[in-house]
Amino acid sequence: MATEVLMPALSPTMTEGKLAKWLKHPGDEVKSGDVIAEIETDKATMEVEAVDEGKLLKILVDEGTEGVAVNTVIAMLGAEGESAGAAPKVEAKPTPMPTPPAAAPAQPKGVPATPQEAKEPEWGETKPTTVREALREAMALEMRADKDVFLLGEEVAQYQGAYKISQGLLDEFGPRRVIDTPITEHGFAGMAVGAAMNGLKPIVEFMTFNFAMQAIDQIINSAAKTLYMSGGQMGCPIVFRGPNGAAARVGAQHSQCYASWYAHCPGLKVVAPWSAADAKGLLRAAIRDPNPVVFLENEILYGHSFECPTSDDFVLPLGKAKIERTGTDVTIIAFSIMVDVALKAADALAEQGISAEVINLRTIRPLDVETIAASVRKTSRVVSVEEGWPFAGIGSEIAMTVVEHCFDWLDAPPVRVAGLDVPMPYAANLEKLALPQPGWVVDAVKKLF
Amino acid sequence: MAATQEKTKKARKTDNSMTRDELLDAYGKMLLIRRFEEKAGQLYGMGLIAGFCHLYIGQEAVVVGMQQAIDKGDEVITSYRDHGHMLACEMDPKGVMAELTGRIGGYSKGKGGSMHMFSKEKGFFGGHGIVGAQVSLGTGLAFSNWYRENDRVSLTYFGEGASNQGQVYESFNLAALLKLPVVFIIENNRYGMGTSVERASASSDLSANGAPWGIPGISVDGMDVEAVKAAGLQAVAHCRAGKGPFLLEMKTYRYRGHSMSDPAKYRTREEVQRMRSEHDCLDSARKRLEELGVLEAELKAIDDGVKARVQEAADFAQTSPEPDEAELWTDILVETH
Repeated sequence: MATEVLMPALSPTMTEGKLAKWLKHPGDEVKSGDVIAEIETDKATMEVEAVDEGKLLKILVDEGTEGVAVNTVIAMLGAEGESAGAAPKVEAKPTPMPTPPAAAPAQPKGVPATPQEAKEPEWGETKPTTVREALREAMALEMRADKDVFLLGEEVAQYQGAYKISQGLLDEFGPRRVIDTPITEHGFAGMAVGAAMNGLKPIVEFMTFNFAMQAIDQIINSAAKTLYMSGGQMGCPIVFRGPNGAAARVGAQHSQCYASWYAHCPGLKVVAPWSAADAKGLLRAAIRDPNPVVFLENEILYGHSFECPTSDDFVLPLGKAKIERTGTDVTIIAFSIMVDVALKAADALAEQGISAEVINLRTIRPLDVETIAASVRKTSRVVSVEEGWPFAGIGSEIAMTVVEHCFDWLDAPPVRVAGLDVPMPYAANLEKLALPQPGWVVDAVKKLF
Repeated sequence: MAATQEKTKKARKTDNSMTRDELLDAYGKMLLIRRFEEKAGQLYGMGLIAGFCHLYIGQEAVVVGMQQAIDKGDEVITSYRDHGHMLACEMDPKGVMAELTGRIGGYSKGKGGSMHMFSKEKGFFGGHGIVGAQVSLGTGLAFSNWYRENDRVSLTYFGEGASNQGQVYESFNLAALLKLPVVFIIENNRYGMGTSVERASASSDLSANGAPWGIPGISVDGMDVEAVKAAGLQAVAHCRAGKGPFLLEMKTYRYRGHSMSDPAKYRTREEVQRMRSEHDCLDSARKRLEELGVLEAELKAIDDGVKARVQEAADFAQTSPEPDEAELWTDILVETH
């Protein structure tokens, strides 16, 4: 039975090629692995090895022929055994752009129709708590509840944490669950992702998110994409946490907001707490979440004190924003330390007779579109505030979201307030000029009226 | 010092011999990988497999020998040249081939492709496309065994090209610090894409690359399945005894290009032919089996069985439908309600 030898595709992009030379001729015996011809592709001259065995019966395409389409029969082999048959023809047809299903995975689920009306559950007693204490409590509570949860990072154990977030955890949980690593972000982040693939629930502390750039390949290529690439088999329940954004006077390499970097990537959740309650409730949710979560803290907020529920059951949902202050004339949307700036701006605006609603995003991805849209439909004006750079920032995403969801309600174009488009300077006066101030927000709002 | 002494010790030849049944089993598995990969190359040529496709032809003895040295429950992780590892882990050839053709019957429902397949059930953790990334991940698999205080071992494979990545040495350090049960296996097939190991590594003995961290290492004839298994047993025993990581350099060779689009101009045809005719793992295993009194008919039966399984896989890979368009939007996040 004769076997057809087909013009092979020799690269991912090849559709046709030149049959440069035949190295075997009619009558020759061909063994599997023998080079039978040379083909010039779009990239290089390649040797074609025989897959089947037998006698070369006939050459159907002469050497020197250009533009031979992939899958053209180029020769016949006399061989016993299988014939692979011709490849199915692929017909070109217009392909419309796919649209996400109604309940797209990027959207939060189960959000009430009028979110601004939805009350958070009452959590009972509160007490003044710093963000630092709230984060520590969240980790301790989750580690007590689940022996698969552990913390690793630089200086988290014996040193008690570079920012004292993990103070006391080594004493309570021991060195197998609170692990000091060497200064090798790429290696220990990858190790933690591997442990998560095998069912553990690591909390990876980066001393700051600036250093996580060393590990960003493992965060995105390994942690965020593996569930999809495995067809849902292999999840990665992991939290990457640490201070993000500008601290004070530490210069360009240590002062940068990564919200927009990580929020860009499907497969990740991105959370940015502001208050102590945010920190405690959201970190507990992040640790329990079966997905990789990037948890962006803020160093300056660590020492700030807020009323925080004391209940052991207190937890907040991911993907849900919080209206920190209600208002009717403009919506100011912020996250992390910029919520402070937004609230101060709202105070100043109130004195000038403008009623501002302030939304604390809490989660950047998935973005709580419902809460944002409902607020903007009420106020008809929107200003975003972020510490990061303006270009392709979270403010850009908010503006587009508002345009997509409530364009007809807008009385003015969306406006963003962001950090200046410069690397962070060291000098005190310049640094202050580079970061959003309440006055910037007030000015931005007033231009909308 | 112990590390240095162990390093200089070669896997002893006298320990190497497999029983008739073990060698028959190894032969069958190596042959399955060889025929599977040939078929994959053929389907690639027909345009049924696309993108990157890195064939394992020539290196079969490494993964088959190592697999015989571990137990069920141990973990395996490797790079993108991963079809052989999956078959050695006894993943279903149909599911692997259907993933190569991008069909719903593939291990990743057609969403991963050649470089991204997984089977928790079979202890196979991928299939990773970023050179060297799997070394940190495999260290993490070992970490989870250390954390749970079980006696499982992680086999972490990478090429000699990947052995120059920084995170490999970060992983060596972490594994040695925590005494993690990981066997690091360098599959030294001499070429990282088109760059020979001599042009890429200042280190002339890759088995010594763990020495600064006290990781014992040995260099193994990776074309000899019996030698591989013997070295594997030694390394795995070291890990199970709680002594930390072990490094194996497998000297091996790939007959095909780096990927399907490699014109392979960096080495001579003669070099490839010499390796094929003088060091082929299947030829030497067949010879040994004949010495052990295995009849031609028995080998022929294995051949026929393998051929049938590969054909069945190829048929399945062409008849299994493409994933439904709805699959575009699934498996991005684990849904929580």
